Amino acid sequence: MLEIEDLHVKVGDREVLHDVDLRIKEGETHVLMGPNGSGKSTLLMTIMGFANYTVTRGRISFKDKDITHLPIHERAKLGIGMMFQRPPTISGLKLGKLLVATSGNKTEEVADYAKRMHMDRFLERDINKGFSGGEIKRSEVLQLMVQRPDFVMLDEPESGVDLENISLIGAAIGNLLEKEAHLMKRKKSGLVITHTGYILDYLDADRGHVMCDGEIRCHGNPREILKDIKARGYKECLECRQN
Amino acid sequence: MPTELGRDLGLSAEDRERLVQSGIDLHMGNRCGSYIQMNQDVVQESCSEEGIEVLSIGNALKKYDWIKDYMWNLVPKDKDEYTRYVAEASDQKGYVIIARKGSSNILPVQACLYLGREKIQHVHNIIIAEEGSELHIVSGCASGQHVGKGGAHYGISEFYVGKNAKISFTMIHTWGGDIDVFPRSAAKIEENGVFLSNYVCMKPVHKIQMYPTAHLVGENSVARFSSVVIATPGSHLDLGSRAILGAKGASAELVTRAITKGGTIISRGHILGKTEGTRGHLECKGLILKDGIIYAIPEIEGNVVGTELSHEAAVGKIARDEIEYLMSRGLDEESATATIIRGFLDVKIAGLPDVLQKQIDAAIDVAEKAGF
Repeated sequence: MLEIEDLHVKVGDREVLHDVDLRIKEGETHVLMGPNGSGKSTLLMTIMGFANYTVTRGRISFKDKDITHLPIHERAKLGIGMMFQRPPTISGLKLGKLLVATSGNKTEEVADYAKRMHMDRFLERDINKGFSGGEIKRSEVLQLMVQRPDFVMLDEPESGVDLENISLIGAAIGNLLEKEAHLMKRKKSGLVITHTGYILDYLDADRGHVMCDGEIRCHGNPREILKDIKARGYKECLECRQN
Repeated sequence: MPTELGRDLGLSAEDRERLVQSGIDLHMGNRCGSYIQMNQDVVQESCSEEGIEVLSIGNALKKYDWIKDYMWNLVPKDKDEYTRYVAEASDQKGYVIIARKGSSNILPVQACLYLGREKIQHVHNIIIAEEGSELHIVSGCASGQHVGKGGAHYGISEFYVGKNAKISFTMIHTWGGDIDVFPRSAAKIEENGVFLSNYVCMKPVHKIQMYPTAHLVGENSVARFSSVVIATPGSHLDLGSRAILGAKGASAELVTRAITKGGTIISRGHILGKTEGTRGHLECKGLILKDGIIYAIPEIEGNVVGTELSHEAAVGKIARDEIEYLMSRGLDEESATATIIRGFLDVKIAGLPDVLQKQIDAAIDVAEKAGF
């Protein structure tokens, strides 16, 4: 579904990602780990197509189409969706109004999803204005439920969320990724950034990657990678670079 | 009642549409009363709501001698050349709306001031809400689309909000690029009275200058001014509002959303807290979409212990991350930008009847559909 080859990305004058290769097949969910500032969010923002992230080399293809230089909304229309870690506040724009617009005026569906995410009382609120950490995440997941992407990128879905909200958000993300469906029948794919791994309880992730200094350093079973990191930290990643 | 007002008046379809965009209901379906003035001719003065009277100022003076005591009481006759012009005019026009003690209207009274020629239209309006009454007015001011240089509107409005009374006044302007407009308004608000003044201008105009003042003389009186304006190239909007907090518990809120697409907006505001236990907040947010000028001059002045005044003003452009956030949800850049602007202009006014809030929203929707 998603193929990234030899990707180099600059933010401003600085190259942040170097030589990134990543392949995510249909129905697979991958987990991206790595220390703060290693380039994980940059990779997600680049896949989504944000203007500040300039691809200087390599290519990104999605559903066999080269999207390296496609505008953001066309990537969204092709089926890429993203849950932001720190989405902007938009004064005056009501959450409900945006959801109705992105759903193609399916008001009832929006109301139903909002209720499921305990966000029905927020539909008349300005997007993200005064939202708590958990409310921001619920709003992000709700927007993705309405958008129905085939490929879901999640930037630290569990950060700033209490335990009760984690189970609500985790279950909803599981639904987005069709985790209830049989392995062979899953069509939706995902790429998830996590530090704590709590979200893995809901995701049944297929593969994990560790990013260090803008490069993907190692791959493997996500739970085993997490166990290693928990035991030894990211020290080995740094050593990895030196080798 | 005429079937369709504008048609009866011989207006073209385009000019009828301009009236509709200014909040005038040509079929009177959602209005309880109406005052219509074409140039200097009074065309209609009527109201079906019990306890509310809509009269031309000429007929009001004939009917009630005491009306003269309400004239030039809040706006001084010799304030400037425009007030003097109206005071000295031989053909005095304008409306008087009186809400008697305890009366109220759910459907608003509409006041339509239509300018169809290159001359000065002038009005003197007196609006009185007696004790415990609630009066809602939508004032649609428009000119014919072909009215050129020399067309001008001078309007004096004096509002009297009695004890426990409420007036909401929603003014929507649809002038033309050659028209000069000089409203001169003031309000006096007594104990527990509420005055809501809303202003919407989404269309080109050559020049508008106004600075209405609310005198909050009664305890716990409230004034709220809300303005939503767009300045197109060649438009010069010099707008302000002032609240004088003169009684314990009085409060005022002055909110402006201003967008320039190449025109000039001067957004003034002044809150004077001269009594303890008063509160005031002034907020001006401006967006510069194309090179133009937004000059915000917020003034807060407290001269006694126990008045709390604040202001916030911001002028800038639409943040790139907001546009891209909406694009990531599938909106193209143009729709994302329009959605953010629409949100920026979305001012919900507490205490305003739904029908009037919808009228304000509709005026902004027209601008959105035209691509702002």
